[in-house]
Amino acid sequence: MYGYIVKRLLMLLPTLLGAAILVFLLLRLVPGDICLIKFGGEGAYADPEQIKQCQERLGLTQPIYIQFVEYIGGYLTFDLGTSMWTGRAVGHEIAIRFELSLQIAIMATLTSIIIAIPLGVISAAKQNTAVDYFVRGFSIAGIAMPSFWLGILIILGLLIGTQEFLGRPWMPPIHYKPIWEDPIHNISQLIWPALATGYRYSAVATRMTRSAMLEVLGEDYVRTARAKGLVESVIINKHALKNAMLPVVTIIGMEFAFLMGGLVVTEQVFNLNGIGKLFVESVTQSDFTLTQALVMLVVTIFIVMNFIVDVLYAWLDPRIRYS
Amino acid sequence: MSSIDATPETNTGFRRTTVWDHISRLIRRQPLGTGGAIVIIMMLFMALFADVIAPFDPEANSFEYMLVPPSWEFLMGTDQFGRDLFSRIIYGARTALFVGFACAIVGAFGGLVLGVASAYFGGWFDLIMQRIIDVFMAFPLIIMALAIVSIFGTGTDKVIIAITIPFVPRCARVVRSSALAVREMPYVDAARSIGYGHMRIIMKHIAPNVLAPFLIMLTAFLGEAILLEASLSYLGLGVQEPTPAWGLMLQGGAEEYAESAPWVPIWPGLAITIAVFGFNLFGDAVRDILDPKLRTR
Amino acid sequence: MKKLWRSAATTAFALGVAAIFGPAPAKADTPQYGDELRLVVGSNIPSFDAHIESTFGMIHPIRPFYSVLIRVNPDNPSSPTDFVCDVCEGTVPKATDGGTKFTFKIRKDIKFHDGTPLTAHDVKATFDKIVFPPEGIASNRVAYFRAVESITTPDDYTVVFKLKTPTGTFLPSVAMPFNFIYAKKDLDTHGYTWHQKNVNGTGAFKFAEYVPGSHVRGEKYEGFHHKGMPYLDGFTAIAAPKMSVRLQAIRGGQADIEFRGFPPKARDDLVKALGNDITVQESDWNCVLIVTPNHEVKPMDDPRVRRALSLAIDRKGGSQYLSKIAIVKTVGGIVFPGHPLAATEAELSQLAGYGNDIEANRAEAKRLLKEAGHENLKVTLHNRGVDQPYKVVGTWLIDQWKKIGVQADQWVQPSTPFYATLRSKKDFTISLDFNCQSIINPIADISKYLPGAGANYAYFQDEQLVKWYDELLAEGDEGKQREIIRKYEKRVLDDLASQFITLWWYKINPYRSYVKGWKIAPSHYLNQALDNIWIDQTEKKRQLGG
Repeated sequence: MYGYIVKRLLMLLPTLLGAAILVFLLLRLVPGDICLIKFGGEGAYADPEQIKQCQERLGLTQPIYIQFVEYIGGYLTFDLGTSMWTGRAVGHEIAIRFELSLQIAIMATLTSIIIAIPLGVISAAKQNTAVDYFVRGFSIAGIAMPSFWLGILIILGLLIGTQEFLGRPWMPPIHYKPIWEDPIHNISQLIWPALATGYRYSAVATRMTRSAMLEVLGEDYVRTARAKGLVESVIINKHALKNAMLPVVTIIGMEFAFLMGGLVVTEQVFNLNGIGKLFVESVTQSDFTLTQALVMLVVTIFIVMNFIVDVLYAWLDPRIRYS
Repeated sequence: MSSIDATPETNTGFRRTTVWDHISRLIRRQPLGTGGAIVIIMMLFMALFADVIAPFDPEANSFEYMLVPPSWEFLMGTDQFGRDLFSRIIYGARTALFVGFACAIVGAFGGLVLGVASAYFGGWFDLIMQRIIDVFMAFPLIIMALAIVSIFGTGTDKVIIAITIPFVPRCARVVRSSALAVREMPYVDAARSIGYGHMRIIMKHIAPNVLAPFLIMLTAFLGEAILLEASLSYLGLGVQEPTPAWGLMLQGGAEEYAESAPWVPIWPGLAITIAVFGFNLFGDAVRDILDPKLRTR
Repeated sequence: MKKLWRSAATTAFALGVAAIFGPAPAKADTPQYGDELRLVVGSNIPSFDAHIESTFGMIHPIRPFYSVLIRVNPDNPSSPTDFVCDVCEGTVPKATDGGTKFTFKIRKDIKFHDGTPLTAHDVKATFDKIVFPPEGIASNRVAYFRAVESITTPDDYTVVFKLKTPTGTFLPSVAMPFNFIYAKKDLDTHGYTWHQKNVNGTGAFKFAEYVPGSHVRGEKYEGFHHKGMPYLDGFTAIAAPKMSVRLQAIRGGQADIEFRGFPPKARDDLVKALGNDITVQESDWNCVLIVTPNHEVKPMDDPRVRRALSLAIDRKGGSQYLSKIAIVKTVGGIVFPGHPLAATEAELSQLAGYGNDIEANRAEAKRLLKEAGHENLKVTLHNRGVDQPYKVVGTWLIDQWKKIGVQADQWVQPSTPFYATLRSKKDFTISLDFNCQSIINPIADISKYLPGAGANYAYFQDEQLVKWYDELLAEGDEGKQREIIRKYEKRVLDDLASQFITLWWYKINPYRSYVKGWKIAPSHYLNQALDNIWIDQTEKKRQLGG
């Protein structure tokens, strides 16, 4: 088992290195540079001398391989560099947003579990009935509906609904306060985006729960249980559900990884100061150092989640280890 | 399709099976998939005959009719430029389908070629290919697409590139695993020992056998591409005004005036949802039919 | 209500002054102390150092922490020439020595937030950094102060600016809100980049907290040198890049005010939903969107094509209709409309594309295109990835051009690559560009249209324009200046059609009516010290509850 873990861990390294190279090269292809916008953006008179100095300060005039070596070297020593736009440490910029993104990811995952598991189980138990078709339709709709649109509708509904029923329009707070500082402010801001994204992710998990349940329900031991005359609800709850959970847990884990970096669009709708919004900003401002670090963060989270899932599987199913 | 032809249940012998029999059987077995197919056919119809169906020029401004609510004249109302939303939704289907099909087909084909080559040649080539695919797969789709858009800029053609590139490795991975299974089959060995060329073996023996996963990925990509295009356009980094595109129609004025003109953000969102819904239902059905192992799902 | 507004707004425009609408005349109220202001800002903060930045995203949250030498009169911010002392004493000094010497007396009762007293040496150190930045140190406004020869301090409370030649652009440049006064001590001990991330000023508010991407918070500075101010206990500037969020926040009670501006349709929606809970102020805005054809790329080298594209634009119609959904409105020439140096309506109507008969203009445009052999012209409009007003105006322009048979599409880039393309000389055919300044300073502002100037992206040469501009700089008499500007303007917009103007921006600020004391300026950079703003707390309670 340890051998397998070590082997899998070693396989992560080329992927991470490859991702680092890929994002570095991609960004070097982006036209324009940050100094132009810093000094020529809104003011009309940009001094070429100032721009040149700025480029030198940011190391943009160095040959590309030196830039690359410095970038990789920095990562190896856990120095992510400073943001080209704000001059602040990249690690610091990310840390500020991480808390919010983590909280939404957790809340959305909880929403998704609460919706997905009962629906998936019912759908499987009543396969090919109206209930099943409804649940499948509901979950495919969740995958089809853009979360940001759902977000737009939620805000629209809140503003119009509160004006209609409470007499004055209300909008969720637009700046973040940690939950231990102001729990009401915090929850009333984050519950809506969590619902908007939670619906989408519950849809994915519902489908997985359903198919895993169906597979388990077709297994011999369930048939035996049925033959023994056990009540269907006991079969489902005691025998099938437990065994069907592994793939469900897997997909929820993977979703969680995506939620940490993938809320790029929904964060815009709710003005959330999270990782996704930071990513859009850093990309549109050509802030190379920050973009590189964010991509590497998301990729690392994703790869590590994958690794954990793989190890979990290997632990549960020894055949995988030797294949 | 072969699995359907093989089922003898309705072949009563009294009359030859007609196309209609096939279709009606398909509808009974795949009611959701049929629903999806209907949505797709409707969209295709809208896209092809947009010039005929749409009552107005989707790009013409007419400020006298700014933000008019839905009425008989403007079925879905108008937007802040006084453009007819119904006409823009119709023409938007053209943009959505163009992006959807272009990305899905090119992405899946790219994946097919890479996947088959990787499996067939094996060895170092395969190893390196797989590591490269690992790297690409570690990027969430939207992050990859955004990075690519920042290089090439915005516009319909660039959006297609941005969405297609991350699709290729996803399809290649799936195709490769199917092709690997075929590669070890005795008839491939036999063909090789007779001295057939690589190209011939690949085209005759391997490609047909990876068609199922290829088609499954292709249909799955359709809906995903439409969603991604909508997201990019919503962020202002995708299709640009005045081209009618659903994601773009959700952005800017649609949100700013949502409280007084809710019809502006509602229709395009609904259009995206229904379209992707249709493609997903259809994709599920295709998977059910082509991949018997997954039948029960 | 709506009708009344429109007529009021037109009157205000005609008079060239700002207008306030809303309940209860502000004069009768006596300011109340206490409470905090929540403002929404549609951009984020690149750094705190105003000397190197040029965005309202920095001015709105950071300006309240600092003082400047002179500023626009907070009680009369719509005037382009009414400056008052901030850290200087008495009134703004007049030039001596034939217009080459300005002597500022500095107040003796000012302390930085860390307790250091402010002296003339701090003012000198600040302007030395802005005007004569040391090697390797950035400064964004060197060009404005080219005329400055030296800055000296005869004593601890006197600063003298010596100019090489007399110039009318000096005082307006000093009054720019970007010239934050820093402590010499901070520059000496912490270096010239310290202020990018740290704050130590003499403004009405003390820096309290900054969460990047989220908000900046300031607390009342008890030792502020304008006695009795500020009224607020503090403020929070919340970053909200999307305009819809800013609107919804004001509507939904999560913010009190936004200082950049909203389109009229947004104002109407807010007023319709909240009635008297909203106050509106409006003003012309010293920003203009310019269409910049690239003369080095075919077919924009052909003046007939450029002229046709300008003739196709229905400026009057745009002012009437497009202005409902965009933050642009006023038809004007190259000088800020309403300024004495600007063209009158009669003068404007003589220029290509400004006449009243749009159909005749468009027929002429079609004729020109035909003559130039470009009847089925296809162009790509290069534009900046910002909604208001760039993309909205871009969408409108494309429709305008369609009316003379020109097929146009839009190529949008985020700000950084957008400017890279403009500077590349060859990668674009025609682009939207803008000119946006804080203090209204027409002679400096119109250098935007000067061929060969750093910020002119039309890439053409014209000795006549350069000659006239040099004459203008040397001219002291306003009447003569006006004559030269008219010739210059006609050559840019009409004879050469080297660049052409779409519409000037129009600033509309609807905000919660419990916010009092603020007056709109013709620029979103001006009058942002927040020292004279106060909150009617009973009214706020009534509007927002508990």
